[in-house]
Amino acid sequence: MLQQLQHDTEWPATAAPAPIAVRNLTVLYGGQPALADATWDAPRAGLVAVVGPNGAGKSTLLKAMLGLVPVAAGTVSFGGEDIDAARGRIAYVPQRSAVDWDFPATVLDVVTMGRYRRIGWLRPVRRADREAARAHLDSVGLADYADRQIGALSGGQQQRVFLARALAQRARIYLLDEPFAGVDAATERVILDVFRRLDAEGALVVCVHHDLQTVAATFDHVLLLNRRVVAAGPVATAFTTEAIARAYGVPLGPAGSPADDVL
Amino acid sequence: MPMACRWGPPAVPPTTCCEPMNVAAEPSLLAILLLQGGYNTVVVMLGAAALGAAAGAVGVFAMLRRRALVADALAHATLPGVALGFLAAVALGLPGRSLPFLLAGAAATALLAALSIHLIASRTRLPEDTAVASVLATFFAAGIVLLSVIQTLRTGGQAGLDVYLLGATAGMLRGEAITLACFAVAIAAILALLFKELVLVAFDAEFAAAHGFPVRVIDLAVVALVLAVVVIGLRLVGLVLIVALLVIPPSAARFWSNRAASVTLISAVIGAASAYGGAAISAVAPDLPTGAVIVLVAFAIFAVSVAIGPARGLLPRAFGSRRAAAGEAA
Repeated sequence: MLQQLQHDTEWPATAAPAPIAVRNLTVLYGGQPALADATWDAPRAGLVAVVGPNGAGKSTLLKAMLGLVPVAAGTVSFGGEDIDAARGRIAYVPQRSAVDWDFPATVLDVVTMGRYRRIGWLRPVRRADREAARAHLDSVGLADYADRQIGALSGGQQQRVFLARALAQRARIYLLDEPFAGVDAATERVILDVFRRLDAEGALVVCVHHDLQTVAATFDHVLLLNRRVVAAGPVATAFTTEAIARAYGVPLGPAGSPADDVL
Repeated sequence: MPMACRWGPPAVPPTTCCEPMNVAAEPSLLAILLLQGGYNTVVVMLGAAALGAAAGAVGVFAMLRRRALVADALAHATLPGVALGFLAAVALGLPGRSLPFLLAGAAATALLAALSIHLIASRTRLPEDTAVASVLATFFAAGIVLLSVIQTLRTGGQAGLDVYLLGATAGMLRGEAITLACFAVAIAAILALLFKELVLVAFDAEFAAAHGFPVRVIDLAVVALVLAVVVIGLRLVGLVLIVALLVIPPSAARFWSNRAASVTLISAVIGAASAYGGAAISAVAPDLPTGAVIVLVAFAIFAVSVAIGPARGLLPRAFGSRRAAAGEAA
């Protein structure tokens, strides 16, 4: 299955290590596998949708990649490097509900947080950092909101603030958790616009996505999850009706049975 | 076990190197507030203000990181430590109320409580608030038992121990007040240095971790700062109410600003004003427990903030101030 997967992606298996290589990753929540024996190579660049039913382990996969949840087994590497060596080139957009929007911070304060790693430990935020953050805020259409308290924004605008914060990191790899969930049409357009720009710059965008209807129109690649990897590869070949049915319809086999044969 | 302490020598009368306050004059509250209350009163009030400022500033992060209840548990858990410190000092033939012994004991049992909360919350499936409440009550109970045992001893000096429950400025030494101020300055320096990281973790710990910031170390720093405030605040505010000095000023400050830096500064000012005012009132009426007076002053400032605070106060909202309604940064 591994060979099959790598063949499906657009570069030879012998090339440099994949920007994200997940190997036999298992994550347990309260003894139950949230993610079981997942193996996946991300494409070199482009837009990847991570799709699957509720509880399929999509968010867990992102968090496990970033070392935010304990991993029971398996490894994740980034271009052959360990996560801590790669953090500088990875941006993460958590779910909007993960934070308290009543927090005493302005929109610009939050976007500037995207530069904290670059600024470094114990060093103060400088004017140049805030100017850079302002430019990214402008790129998601929120320049006029810089001095608002973050709680005064709509859900979609809050999502754009998170996106601008990720852009401020100037990363190569973007991991986004449900950025399209519950946003307005304007925000959806802004996110798609940013995705296109990142794609053109040669970035890799891995996006947990819930809307099957828009996968083909928006993304180049797909990773279908249902605790196990059900299918992965270019949308044209991997996002088949049969694979979707397997991810959403067919119950998970008994523990230990391989899901590898679905491709 | 504590009976063994009977061989300790009788308590030495308080040293006379520093004069206890409230000795001679009886100036008015206004005079005291204007620093006309005599040298000792002034030193104690400034020491109190420094402590209040430190507590207010640290409290912002305790509140934003939802550690207020933990802070209360740590405060109550200092009681057995104070009692053990007393017993240890007596056993070593020192006056029971030697401040270093009492504070070291307080810090030790508070640390033990913090560790217990962490272990219970992480190793069992009990929610954290259950762990906090159980640990708070258990340590406080142990402290009460030890205190009553100490009352039966014939060592002397135990009469002053109840000061640590509700706080007092009466009898506070100049050296103690200066120590308070030094600690407060150190805490302010640490906060200033770590400010960016503290705000980041308080707002979005997951993003901070993904970004490579050591969330656990920063959380530990918050708990350590809270612990420092609690321990140095015991003498003045008392362990029952010290948590109020960590919680009320930040809550009040939130009504004045929408930015973490200003909230922290305003909270420090409110904490300082509360402690300063409380210490002044307590200098006029030494029978009132200082901690309780400080908390009531803080609450008065809180009430005013809720009413007129420009960031989200009730009056600015009621009058439809568009700026406040839109949540513009103050």
